[in-house]
Formats: sequence, structure tokens, C-alpha cells
Amino acid sequence: MSHSTVPRSRSEAKTPEKTPAAPGGEKQPGRSGKLRFGLRFRRDRTLLLMTVPAVLLVLVFNYIPILGNVVAFQDYDPYLSENGFVAILESPWIGFEQFERIFADAAFWHAVQNTFVFFFLQLVLYFPIPILLALLINSVVRPRVRAIAQAVMYLPHFFSWVLVVTVFMQIFGGAGIIAQTLRQHGYEGFDLMTNPELFKYLVTFETIWKDAGWGIIVFLAALSSVSNDLYEAAAMDGAGRWRRMWHITLPALRPVIALLLVLRVGDALTVGFEQFLLQRQAVGVDASDVLDTYVWWNGIRNQDFSYAAAAGLIKGVVGLALVLTANKVAHLMGEQGVYKK
Amino acid sequence: MSAVLDERADDRPRVKKPSPWAAPPRPVWEEEPSKAGLAGKGLVLGIACFAILFPLWIVIVTSLQSKKTIDEAGGLVVIPKGITFVAYQELLGGGQVQKAALVSVGVTVVGTLFSMTVSVLCAYGLSRSGSLGHRWILMTLLATMFFGAGLIPTYLLVQALGLMDTYLALILPSAVSVFNILVLRAFFMNISQELIDSARIDGAGDWRILWKIVLPLSRAVLAVIALFYAVGYWSAWFNASIYLTDQEMMPLQNVMIQLVQMQERPVGLQTQINTGQLSPIAIQMAVMVLALLPVAVLSPFVQRHFKKGMLTGAVKG
Repeated sequence: MSHSTVPRSRSEAKTPEKTPAAPGGEKQPGRSGKLRFGLRFRRDRTLLLMTVPAVLLVLVFNYIPILGNVVAFQDYDPYLSENGFVAILESPWIGFEQFERIFADAAFWHAVQNTFVFFFLQLVLYFPIPILLALLINSVVRPRVRAIAQAVMYLPHFFSWVLVVTVFMQIFGGAGIIAQTLRQHGYEGFDLMTNPELFKYLVTFETIWKDAGWGIIVFLAALSSVSNDLYEAAAMDGAGRWRRMWHITLPALRPVIALLLVLRVGDALTVGFEQFLLQRQAVGVDASDVLDTYVWWNGIRNQDFSYAAAAGLIKGVVGLALVLTANKVAHLMGEQGVYKK
Repeated sequence: MSAVLDERADDRPRVKKPSPWAAPPRPVWEEEPSKAGLAGKGLVLGIACFAILFPLWIVIVTSLQSKKTIDEAGGLVVIPKGITFVAYQELLGGGQVQKAALVSVGVTVVGTLFSMTVSVLCAYGLSRSGSLGHRWILMTLLATMFFGAGLIPTYLLVQALGLMDTYLALILPSAVSVFNILVLRAFFMNISQELIDSARIDGAGDWRILWKIVLPLSRAVLAVIALFYAVGYWSAWFNASIYLTDQEMMPLQNVMIQLVQMQERPVGLQTQINTGQLSPIAIQMAVMVLALLPVAVLSPFVQRHFKKGMLTGAVKG
């Protein structure tokens, strides 16, 4: 049927209540008003239809796998059936046995420890840099200089981790430009890319190189919303450059900083899966194993699906708890957090 | 002819545009910056840009050098001597890397089109305030940002769906980004309701409103989100490494891991390397340039829209 058969009711029903009713028409209920379900369905069915593909994809690839986590409580055997998902129904249930195995595994605790070390280093070394860079860029007034600096700094964010790691190899690797120059001048070469002790600083540096420039974007947005009148009034009252920054600029950034901290802490168990997987061979398992790579190794490589799913489930549940806790803390501190109360 | 045009141009009243290199006039209350402060700022910015561009410079320059220059430099080349495209000719003239590059381009183009279609439709479907069920659908999508299903169940699902060793496995599981849908939706919600209502009075349905009004008004955010999706597909390698077992099917990033990180010899183009005309280092660098070029060329064009795209990302009820 064509839409023109019911244009009036449709259009006016969609008008928000605050706008005046169409000329000559009596006041119509707003879209959120008390229309009957059937009527609302008929009116909005096109909109609903439009959401179907995305919702289907999310249900299939995000929700069904959540159900698939039941293999963590099984001794899952993919060969019990033609189809791996049907095999779940036929695998024996063993309760928390997989979790007991995991908690008894020293490698698991080592991966947990590594995860927290990397997270902590990122928090201390990486987190402040976009803030400082944003303050710096914000103080650059020449439009062309500013645009070029931003273009350059945003660029590495769009590189793949494969590219970032191989680029770092060309600088710090055994055949990299530094080792090459050292050797040509009679010194011994060096190879940072295969050094397990320094690996944690290397990955933090890689993260800074890739994403610190991109990170300034949210801070710049917050800075551009600060009214210039505030600065002028403060200057009139005799506040110098640094006092204006301390009393106006930084408070303007506070909510953004709090939000990003909450997000980061909530996501603490995810420290850069691809980065560690790519460099696993070069520096060894001891230095590079984190929770995500532990799951990958046991599940995909060793095909011990139930065991790996249990480890992944631990990560998911603790991660969820971290997000909720971080949000709670943000709310208590009077900040907004990821979602509203 | 051109002289006439020039004279005409001279007659026009001239508004002097300030040079983009110059600093705009400073408000009277603001202090003049100190020389040392300016120099310090310049230095820090310079170092930051150098740290990003210098490695890329080495990679690009070395990929364009002959075997002789590379051997003389002892590996990587900082100062170029002449230019040769022999590494690129070799790579793109057939063989493993050419195939991988085509695979990557194909997955990126198809994937981006698919993701954009699905996301734009969903974002518009959720953007009309008060529509039936939009709150429930939104919550369903949002919840996935808090709890990930995990690698193993996802892997088992892809296997069970029969997607192993198909390119669909590189597209479908990562096709929808809830974050991108939220950004699009926030942008669509800001489009004036009066405009949409007037179109509706003229008899346009939701499809036509989306196509004729909403999309043309949203070019900026569409460009940003398309770039995000395209970069995602172009950079992805992990899904290919677990869902594809056939080495022939691998996309460029995975081939780059083999050739550059693992230092393996490329398949199907060993003629020139073996005859000594082409340095394997140049080949490696050329593979890296192939991976970085599309991104480096595209992203600056979209740059001016980034802030807008990120700003509207706030979740609205």
C-alpha cells in the first residue's frame, strides 16, 4: 500500500508534542502518546523493518555465542555431532571442573599478572599523553600548523597492528635503522623487538605511537566548548596563562578525563590482544602472555574448547564487574560515567 | 583571452584573506607568548610529528630503491638515490602479494558497503523519537558493549554456521559496530523534525525520507563512519588467521605477517630476487607501503569531520 493513504495521521502523529499542531487540526497525540499498539505498529513498521538486519546480526553473532559459553561447564567434544553447536547438546556436563583446572594452572595466573602489569603501565605512561598533547595543540593558533599537526598525529591510529609492529621492527629491530647505524659505526647492534625484559615498555610505546594522537580528539572537542568569555574575565582579574589553565581549562576537561578513566578501568582486562599475539613468537610466551592470548592458545591452538571458554568466561564476568564498579565510583564522585544513573 | 579574464579579476573588490599560516589577531587581554614558550611548543610538536613520519619515510624510501643502493646503505635507506618501482612491478605483476591485495580490497569494499547499509538503516530506524520498541532495540544493542561473548563460543558458532574458509567469515561476525550505529543515530536525531514532517506531508515514506533527506544531510558523518568500517576491514588479520585455513585465500595483512615479520620469501615472484636485481628488503618495504597507502591517502580527507563524528557519539535516550 502507498503511504499517501494515511498521510495526515502519520505525519501528525510523528510531530513532537512541543511543536504546535498543524494549522486547522486539533491537537494530535505525540508519537510517544497513548496510541494503540496496533496503530503504532502500523505506523512504525517501516522503521522496525529497517532495524531487522542489524538486530539479526547482533543476535546471531553477539547473543547466541553468549549462550555458547555453557561449554565452559562441559567436557565439550566437537566430534560428537556433525555440527559443532549441536555437539554442545550432547557433551557431558562436568560442573566447575574446568575452572578448578584453570585456577590450578600457574600459566593462567602468570597471564593475569601480565595483564595487570600492562594495564598499569598503559594507565601511567599512556593515559596522560593525549591530555598534554591536546593542551599543546589547543594553544597553537595558526590554522595551517594546527591542521597539519593533527593530520600527522591522527594517522597511525588507522594503521593495522601488523603495520605498527613491522614499522617498529624497522626502527628498533635487529635489522632496524638504529642497529644498522650502530653497527656501521663499530658498535654492537641491538634488538629491542626480541627483548623479553623490555617488552612491556615496548608495547606501551607502540600503543602511544599508534593511539596517543587520536586520543587528543575528545579533549580538543571539550576544549573548544569552553567559552572565551571565561578566559577574558579571568585575565581581567589578573589571572596569568598558567592560572587560567589550572582554573578554567583543566576543570573543563575533568568530566572527559573521568569518563575515559572509567572506560579504561572497565576495560582493564583487554590490553591489546593483537599486539601481544603478533609479538608472541619474538619475545616468548612468558613475557607476552595475557588473558586473551591464553584463551586463544588453549582454545584455538590446543583445541581445548571447554577449558578456554571457561577462561574467557572468567574474563568476561570480571570485566563486566569492573565496568559496573567503575561506573558506580564515577557516579559517587559526581561524574557521569558511561551510562546515567 | 586570459588577459581579459585577469583584468576582470583585478577589478573585483578584494577582501584580503588572512594567510592560513599566520596567527589570527590576539584578543587584547591575552599576553604575547614568550619566545622560549613558542620555541618549546614548536620543538615538542616537531618531535611528535618526526617520531611518526620518520619511520614511514624510511619504509617508503627503501621500497623505491635499487638493490645496489640498499646493499650500499647496509639495509634501510634514509636518503634516497634515484627511484625505481621494480619492487612494485614485481609484487603487482602476479603472485601471492597481488592476490592478497585484491582479496583485501574486495573484503574491504564489500564489507564496508554491507556494514554501512545495515548500520544506516538501523540508525535511522531507531532515530525517530517515540517510535514503537526503539528503546528495547537500543538496549539490546547497548548491552553488547558491556559483555563480550568471548572468542571460543564465537569461533564455534562461525564453524557451526559453515563459514570456515569463506570470506563471509571475515565480514559477518564484525559487520555491525554498535558504537558506529550510535554515532549515526545521534546525527540523524539532530536533523530538523520540521523538515522530515514536511516531506511526510508531501507523501514521502520512511525509505524516501532516509534516501532523499537524511542521507544527503549526513555526508560528513557517513564519510567518517565509512572510513572507520573500511579501516577495520582493511586492518583485520586475526579473523582470517583463525577462520581461513587455505593459505591461498589470505588477505594482505596476513601475508605481511609472513613476509615482513617472519621474513619468509614471497611465493611466485622469486625470479628477480634470485637473479639479484631486486632486494628482498625492498620487497618487504613495498608490501608495507601497499598496506599503509590506502589509509594514509584516505584519512586526511575525512579528517575535518572527525570531531563532529566523535562529538555526536554521546548516547541519547
